Amino acid sequence: MNMLRRHWPWLLVLVILLAFPFLFYDWTKGRHSGFVLTLMSEIGVMAIFALSYNMLMGQAGLLSFGHAVLFGLGAYCAAHVVNMVKAGTIWLPTELIPLAGGLGGLFFGYVFGWLVTKQRATAFAMITMGLGELVSAAALMFMAFFGGEGGITIDRVMDTSLVGVRYTSPWQVYCLVLAWAFIAAALMRLQTQTALGKMANATRDNFERAQFVGYDPRMVRLMQFTLSGFFAGIGGGLYVLIYEIVTFDTVSAAKSANALLAVYIGGAGGFFGPILGTIVVVLLQSGVSLLSNAWLLYVGVLFIVMVMYAPGGLIGLIFMHLPIWRAGRMRELLLPYARAFPPALLVLLGFVFMVELASFTTIGAAQGKRFTIGGQLIDTTAPMPWVIAIAALVLGALWLRHEARGFRQRWDELMEGSKRAQATAAPKPQEAVA
Amino acid sequence: MSVSAVELVDVRKNFGRTEIIRGVNLSIPRGERHAIIGPNGAGKTTLFNLISGRFPITAGSITVNGQSTADLAPQEINRLGLSRSFQITSIFPRMTVFENIRCGLLWSQGYRYSFWRLLGTQKELNRATDQLLERLKLADRRDLQAGLLSYAEQRALEIGITIAGGAEIILLDEPTAGMSHSETESAVALIRSVSEGKTLIMVEHDMSVVFGIADRITVLVYGEVIASDAPAAIRGNAAVQEAYLGTVAA
Repeated sequence: MNMLRRHWPWLLVLVILLAFPFLFYDWTKGRHSGFVLTLMSEIGVMAIFALSYNMLMGQAGLLSFGHAVLFGLGAYCAAHVVNMVKAGTIWLPTELIPLAGGLGGLFFGYVFGWLVTKQRATAFAMITMGLGELVSAAALMFMAFFGGEGGITIDRVMDTSLVGVRYTSPWQVYCLVLAWAFIAAALMRLQTQTALGKMANATRDNFERAQFVGYDPRMVRLMQFTLSGFFAGIGGGLYVLIYEIVTFDTVSAAKSANALLAVYIGGAGGFFGPILGTIVVVLLQSGVSLLSNAWLLYVGVLFIVMVMYAPGGLIGLIFMHLPIWRAGRMRELLLPYARAFPPALLVLLGFVFMVELASFTTIGAAQGKRFTIGGQLIDTTAPMPWVIAIAALVLGALWLRHEARGFRQRWDELMEGSKRAQATAAPKPQEAVA
Repeated sequence: MSVSAVELVDVRKNFGRTEIIRGVNLSIPRGERHAIIGPNGAGKTTLFNLISGRFPITAGSITVNGQSTADLAPQEINRLGLSRSFQITSIFPRMTVFENIRCGLLWSQGYRYSFWRLLGTQKELNRATDQLLERLKLADRRDLQAGLLSYAEQRALEIGITIAGGAEIILLDEPTAGMSHSETESAVALIRSVSEGKTLIMVEHDMSVVFGIADRITVLVYGEVIASDAPAAIRGNAAVQEAYLGTVAA
């Protein structure tokens, strides 16, 4: 009962995630939307991956450019294990395949961690980048393990399930992903509360001081790196079960960049930031990429905007409201937000319109696509649409700037007010968010 | 004869061609409160860095509790029971005050690199941390980010992290530097209480602090010990007067 009272948000999220696919359920045919389930499974896997990345970046202050190596190698290990189970060489329940990926990630995490954690800061980042390239290149050279360009394919339908499920449908796979995502997230969350987790924070904050309280910072980082590899590997193992194939894409720099994007956009400071970031990045990747050729550009712009204006990420933006929320004055922000909304929307629309015009004149034209809005064909070579787009962008920006000033003033007042209220009313100290 | 807490034999340190520490011999017995004084650039902080293993020595030998510290990393020297503070405040700024102190306790309480025990449930550990926070008068700052503390509070936290692990030998590098008069007074009280029954070595510029706390004073000038004696004798020492105290008194 006590457990339930403390951890109900986790349970609530689980219920919501289980119910959500039914919104897209096709009742006439009696089946789930494969697209939605795959999308949500992808979010689950990438959330584990991003959280494991944040064990390095957020918790230990280690900026890695090659984290996908651990994810991908975990995936390859899991794929080989699946094939061995299929061949009857070993026996392992389907449900525990991700664990095989995790152990692979753990092993390579230790090996690579031993190499990279000798270095700090820039040198660390550079070496992880080099490792990423090295493994990517090796993936095309060592056929037996990596299967060359074709990768390793598997058939996830095995008869070794612990619960009698054959994982023939995406729904069953989704449930497995969800279970593992919750287990992994909970374990990673708990790890932040241990001696190692706290000392990882300590070495991030002050590398040298950690030595003078008796810890070897290198050892702290190595263990943190290894554990991070374990969780990345679990993500890799699930990836194999979803797609039934693993190729060298999974170890590529692009995959590593995904984790970095998710963590930055979501925010490295709070534990749940990377999950938020993952949702945004995967939706952009899988959803927007269907609508637009320029989806990668949107990801890039979003990343730049976040780094410039909200270095704490989405979670940082949410936490910023906490003092005002505590003072019970959120309602007073409604009007300022409502006022800032139209110009922000105008800027966004202007920008998107311009990008789409550009992308349709270039890639779109080459693909023979036509730009239509609500059935209306847009001539991308005519000046008018461009003028409208640029006008919306510029006017919107000026208007937004004007509104931002008022917003900031109101914000500062509210902040000041709630701080004073806190100081006088409750001596309860505020929790450190970062 | 019992083993000295810290013993330096002909210790030398060069940075490039410059000799900063030129053959220091010093033996500090257990339980002594020892102050190292000297003009700026005398090598006091460097000496601390050598004893605590932050820099390797060029020649000579240092023993802590009878064990040679040659080839030992700072954390290994720390585990011998020697803990130090820093002249420029060195804390964990993004962690809470409570967590800062607890970091100082973890190793000595045997937690090592544990990634399975949840610290929130370790009653003994958290109680010890809170007790120390009480002593440091930081209890009401418990859950604040350490980087947000005032300067004097950060200095107190610095001392707290240093002594948290229960080290027998405590090195404090200018613990009262930059403090106001009243802050210094409470810092002195704190230092006196935390060094009870322990070996204390401190570098300090404030002579009232030095003469108020130290059992013995070593005067370091240009990397050499010119005197090491009881406070009264140091006060009367002509060489010290000339090299150091005289300039201060004038």
